[in-house]
Amino acid sequence: MNKQVIKRLLGFLKPYGGYLIAALVSAVLNVTLTLLAPVLIGDGVDRIIGKGQVDFKGLAPILLWLGFAILFAALFQWIMTLCTNIVTHRTVRDLRIAVFHKLNRVPLKTIDSNSHGDLISRVVNDIDQVSDGLLQGFSQLFTGVITIVGTLVFMLSINWVIALVVVLVTPLSLFVASFIAKRSYNMFREQSAVRGELGGYVEEMVGNQKIVKTFRYEERAQQHFEQVNARLYDCGVKAQFYSSLTNPCTRFVNGVVYAAVGIIGAVSAISGRLTVGQLSCFLSYANQYTKPFNEISGVVTELQSAFASAKRVFDVLDEEDEPAEEPNAVQVRDCQGFVQLSDVAFSYRKGVPLIQGLNLTAKPGQKIAIVGPTGCGKTTIINLLMRFYDIQQGRIEVDGTDIRQMTRQSLRSLYGMVLQDTWLFSGTVRDNIAYGKPDATDDEVVAAAKAAHAHSFIKRLEKGYDTLVAEDGGNLSQGQKQLLSIARVMLIDPPMLILDEATSSIDTRTEIRIQKAFNKMMEGRTSFIVAHRLSTIREADVILVMKDGSIIEQGRHEELLSKNGFYANLYNSQFAVEDAG
Amino acid sequence: MFKLIRYLKPFKKQVILGPIFKLMEAIFELIVPLVMARIIDVGVHSRDVGYVLKMGGLMVLLGVVGLGCALTCQYFAARASQGVGTLLRNDLFAHIGKLSHSQIDSVGTASLITRVTNDVNQLQVAVAMLIRLVVRAPFLVLGAAVMAMLLDLKLSLVFLAAVPLVALTLYLVMSRSTPFYKTIQKKLDKIALITRENLEGVRVIRAFSKQESEMERFDEASGDLAKSAVRVGRISALLNPITYVIMNGAILAILWFGGMRVQSGALMQGQIIAFVNYMTQILLALVVLANLVVIFTKAAASAVRVNEIFAMEPSLTDRGNTQKSPVPGAPKIEFQDVSFSYYGKGQEEALSHVSVSIPEGQTVGIIGGTGSGKSTLVNLIPRFYEATGGKILVDGVDVRDYPFEQLREQIGMVPQRAVLFEGTIASNLRWAKEDAEEAELMRVLDTAQAREFVDKLPEGLDTPVVQGGKNLSGGQKQRLTIARALVGGPKILILDDSASALDFATDAALRRALKQDTKGMTVLMVSQRAATVKGADQIIVLDDGNVAGIGSHQELMDACDVYREICLSQLSAEEAVQ
Repeated sequence: MNKQVIKRLLGFLKPYGGYLIAALVSAVLNVTLTLLAPVLIGDGVDRIIGKGQVDFKGLAPILLWLGFAILFAALFQWIMTLCTNIVTHRTVRDLRIAVFHKLNRVPLKTIDSNSHGDLISRVVNDIDQVSDGLLQGFSQLFTGVITIVGTLVFMLSINWVIALVVVLVTPLSLFVASFIAKRSYNMFREQSAVRGELGGYVEEMVGNQKIVKTFRYEERAQQHFEQVNARLYDCGVKAQFYSSLTNPCTRFVNGVVYAAVGIIGAVSAISGRLTVGQLSCFLSYANQYTKPFNEISGVVTELQSAFASAKRVFDVLDEEDEPAEEPNAVQVRDCQGFVQLSDVAFSYRKGVPLIQGLNLTAKPGQKIAIVGPTGCGKTTIINLLMRFYDIQQGRIEVDGTDIRQMTRQSLRSLYGMVLQDTWLFSGTVRDNIAYGKPDATDDEVVAAAKAAHAHSFIKRLEKGYDTLVAEDGGNLSQGQKQLLSIARVMLIDPPMLILDEATSSIDTRTEIRIQKAFNKMMEGRTSFIVAHRLSTIREADVILVMKDGSIIEQGRHEELLSKNGFYANLYNSQFAVEDAG
Repeated sequence: MFKLIRYLKPFKKQVILGPIFKLMEAIFELIVPLVMARIIDVGVHSRDVGYVLKMGGLMVLLGVVGLGCALTCQYFAARASQGVGTLLRNDLFAHIGKLSHSQIDSVGTASLITRVTNDVNQLQVAVAMLIRLVVRAPFLVLGAAVMAMLLDLKLSLVFLAAVPLVALTLYLVMSRSTPFYKTIQKKLDKIALITRENLEGVRVIRAFSKQESEMERFDEASGDLAKSAVRVGRISALLNPITYVIMNGAILAILWFGGMRVQSGALMQGQIIAFVNYMTQILLALVVLANLVVIFTKAAASAVRVNEIFAMEPSLTDRGNTQKSPVPGAPKIEFQDVSFSYYGKGQEEALSHVSVSIPEGQTVGIIGGTGSGKSTLVNLIPRFYEATGGKILVDGVDVRDYPFEQLREQIGMVPQRAVLFEGTIASNLRWAKEDAEEAELMRVLDTAQAREFVDKLPEGLDTPVVQGGKNLSGGQKQRLTIARALVGGPKILILDDSASALDFATDAALRRALKQDTKGMTVLMVSQRAATVKGADQIIVLDDGNVAGIGSHQELMDACDVYREICLSQLSAEEAVQ
């Protein structure tokens, strides 16, 4: 699995191959020079033997070389960091763009059936994790490995006996590093799970404080909280303790290596097989020998979670695209508004049929109201008309052309759509109205707003048409948002309409305006309305009564009432209460 | 930050002993280079293998004892810091529970959660570092410097030059790069924002065929982020190379000037090596010190945010209230000239001078536009907010005189937003009455029109509910919240626009069932829909915080303009007069 992931990531790194090679070369040079420095320092120490025995003539060139080594080591480290930086951030950018573009190409089904929070977290957090873990991890892993190998090579070249001692201690370093990394990784995972649980509980209880208070749940909530909190304490102590072992243990292992090198080195020096300067060089190698082991073991755990994140990102990229357009799909520009559905069947999930044998004819200018109990599939009709989802059987025609023979884009441009969950994007009021026609003039925007009865409230906003719509449209009321989305449709003047009436939460005055705006918009246009308001339903040319996904009755209000069927029942149930009261 | 110090008290032992152990380790660490210098200068120079072995053994011993000390300290630090965090979280949560709703609103739920989790976390880290490093890092810097001075005062001048240079580099690089991180966070937020907009508005975007321009918008934001990130990278990339150059430059200087000192006999060869060692130690300690500064700055900011919560005095209390018995003959609920403002007395009022009397067993409809004060009115009854003027009586007793428990146990409330909690359907229904029997649960499900769909679920009442009830539809959740309020048979039932997600047929069936099954219960029904309140015994019409009319449907149709306007906009003419 990881091989696959690495392969694909390399694909994303390809455009930055030059930087990558520069980084790798710099890393090798940097490590070599860094390791060379102790050798030079050792040579220097050997020129300083004792009183009156200092060889300044020999010392000067060594120090000069040392100076060069230091400067160039620093220079190459700098180049390496710059290059990995560029590679990292540009790759991350490309990866993000790839995922986002993908999201714009997948069928709606993919977006509807995935949690939005989860998708956002893949675009934001997972990709960040990839950048932190994988790319920087790789550079650390790389320098770590070169440092270890380099250190061994340098030590072997100076004195293989002492080098052997260091090599013998290596398993100890490895063992300590991996022991701590594994323990603390597990503990941290547990800790963050419990912390998430605690945060979720606070969110539930504080966010719904009124409910907690009405049901006198405060004490029970506190008890539960303290219980989760106690668990957090337990795994918190463990996680923190294990992870804090890293430094003392490294120091200890270093200490052991240092002492071993010191003793054997000193004994060798006594017997003349080693100079004091070489000993000092060994000592500084010993001092930094365990560091790369810790870094590598830290990187390994990070790499694992980065792989997991990368996989989640690639899973999105592997989603199937929307089926391609028919090769001879036409680009429709306008239509009369004659819509025909014949024998349409559709289901969201295989084996769970939803709509079956649906037939419907909408003549130009007619109003079609769709009514029925919650969850009966009213919004599904919208999905099918707009080709957000493709039907599985039968055909849908506009002016006699199968909609699968039209490009999606041009089909969708025939409809103006106002949904119940009004969607505005963060931008100005003007930008939002002109969403479908960015080159609209100010006059056109104002005219559309006026037609939508939105002009008067927009004018009263602090900055009028330049008012910024907050992230979730929080500075506008639900009704005002709906008026804006009506104005948005008014501006593009589509031949047909799809309206989804709001069930509630609109204040009466705005509601009246929306009604008027809706009525004006529907004049002369074929309109499909998911209706909740009796007044709308009664004025419709055709009422589609839906139940459990199929249309069970169809006709005008009076016809349906006289049929005395489901619709009559639905309608009368409304009045039974009023009569009783 | 100092206000929170009392939380350290229970961990006095750990807080005092921890640093002492750490200090011991640091002292041993400082001794090691000295021992090494002795090995070279005495052992090697006099060719004494026994001395070398003895001193080598001492080094290992120092290492072992040091490790023991360090582990003890780390353990103390883990215990104390996590303990402090746990106590803080418990207290914070309890304190938040006592705050009034307007106080919670003023901070915001999201912010409260971050304070309980992230901010306490920062403080925990600070406590751990306090024990582990605050003593150690400066001690190592000073100790290494002092040791160097003891070895040779003149040569230690190199340290005096190098240390400030490293400190300056750290300061410059960090102060230049930290502001950038905020910018980067903002740009990352923008990426998240565009992604969220695109997922939520996917239908609109595709209906308007705006995919191309949305992609361009995203590409731009992404490129912008990458540019900033590369720019910060350019600054922080300087840190390591520069410190490396300074440190090794200092070692170079030590070799040259040290060579002179050795030449004149003031120093020995091994001591030069010790000098080099101390230099390395100082550099490492300085980097730790810089991180400590960052950690404590963050912790101070977190402490302020945590203290802000503790500083909030609960504005509503029921202290000193005793059980009250109802005044005979009094109406169930009575508003006497009630005014309320969210911003305090004398500020813009959400309700002005409302007076209404509701007899026991009545069904009352409350209607009006958004922001007319409907929800505010019903929220005053369980005392979520305190009226700023006038008083509210339940059973003839001022709500302020009841203990919260006694007042709220007789009220069943269905909030506007249908919220369920993690657990099962049954555990959610048993919120008001933990020991409610299954038969009672079934009965309330019947009334709330939820029986049918619960029965269809394979696990019935034991169906798990995920956090926020996301596995149920809006209408299902709403019906369950209504059922939940009915468990235990409250005397007063408040429905705060609770049927908005129901289609009109279910809504109607629900009202019919409520009427039949809740005999003797006083029901307050807030709604935007005329059809919902039309059949009520009494309808209160609110307009901009004022009572525009009170009466039956018929009376209001005749006398109240606001009400007539609402009805005519929603119902056809003949329904309205029916």
